Amino acid sequence: MSAGLLALFVAFGVLIGVLFGFFGMGGSFLVTPALLVMGYPSRVAVGSGLAFVFGTSVIATLKHRDLGQVDYKLGVSMIIGTTVGLEVGKEIVLYLEELGLAGNIISVTYVLLLGGIGLFVTYEALKGGDGGGVSHDVDGDADIDADDIPELAKKIQSYSLPPMITLRGGVQVSLWMILLVAFATGLLSGFLGVGGGFIRMPALFYLIGVPVPIAVGTDLFEIMFSGGIGSFLYAQSGGVDLSIVAPLLAGSALGARVGSAATSIVDEDEIKIYFGLMLLLGALAVAVRQAGNYLGMGVLDYVSLALILGSALMVSGAVLYSAVKSMRAPSTAGSSTAD
Amino acid sequence: MFGIETLGGNAQAAALVGVVLVEAMVLYVGYGALTAALSPTVRKAIGGE
Repeated sequence: MSAGLLALFVAFGVLIGVLFGFFGMGGSFLVTPALLVMGYPSRVAVGSGLAFVFGTSVIATLKHRDLGQVDYKLGVSMIIGTTVGLEVGKEIVLYLEELGLAGNIISVTYVLLLGGIGLFVTYEALKGGDGGGVSHDVDGDADIDADDIPELAKKIQSYSLPPMITLRGGVQVSLWMILLVAFATGLLSGFLGVGGGFIRMPALFYLIGVPVPIAVGTDLFEIMFSGGIGSFLYAQSGGVDLSIVAPLLAGSALGARVGSAATSIVDEDEIKIYFGLMLLLGALAVAVRQAGNYLGMGVLDYVSLALILGSALMVSGAVLYSAVKSMRAPSTAGSSTAD
Repeated sequence: MFGIETLGGNAQAAALVGVVLVEAMVLYVGYGALTAALSPTVRKAIGGE
């Protein structure tokens, strides 16, 4: 690997780390499309993406464990459903790869998923809601207020299909519903090579009604296992490339420190719209690459890569700019508690 | 890398995941120490104190 490529991976890792540290999710979903754009085989792009997610989530979980934001009962239940989903997702990728369709179908799924979530987050940010993101100021130990539970989650909680389990925050829900959500998100993790945080965290909140801080901490705990299992499954078939994962992780661990420090001094609502736009640009990047393949225009691959790197740079830059601006403002200069 | 390619199948896969795990823990501890050491200086510099 050339020094230039190594530096690119480390720098890309820093950008992703800032996003992950700040939003508690997102960022890792940029790795697999970037690797696909750079010409790595689907198996390596997905497998190395999962290994990177695994390493990043280990670091993030170590931090959230100290904050008491992990529901281990929910986490273990999720692991069971996710493991089955991951295995099914991996088999689908390997089957599609044999047919020569893996790259196209993964890319189209990415476009639809990233585009859909990007539209949702941008819409919520514009109307001033808090959907699709992470609130950093909620007490994770408090019982959840019934008014704070989304209507869909109340409906799902009303299905008393035994065994019922009680989660932190006083939420009671059927184990089968948890397993179903876990399977669906595991399937997407295995298929797309992502940790699934940007799908699973909202799913835990909107579908099961878990308080947001517990959803984030438990999600990270669960990603650690699903990422590890997914990495192992892909590594068995030569899908994990350490020369990709190691520099990405070295960069992201540093970026995550900066991103998590910024959470205590930056108003997330200011940034959320950039996050939504980044998801939309990510979707556009994959669509441009697909169009390039279809039209035989190699130059579109570079346009796509520039869009991915540019969108990550834009949101990371917005987080860092807001953090520095807040620190320099006289009213907030002495009030920060970030590490 | 790290001689892992000489291992076969499951052992190689487990070793790869193990290397990523060890790297993550080393980075967590290493960057944690670095952050603790440099954080006050960086805050002062950025905050203009």
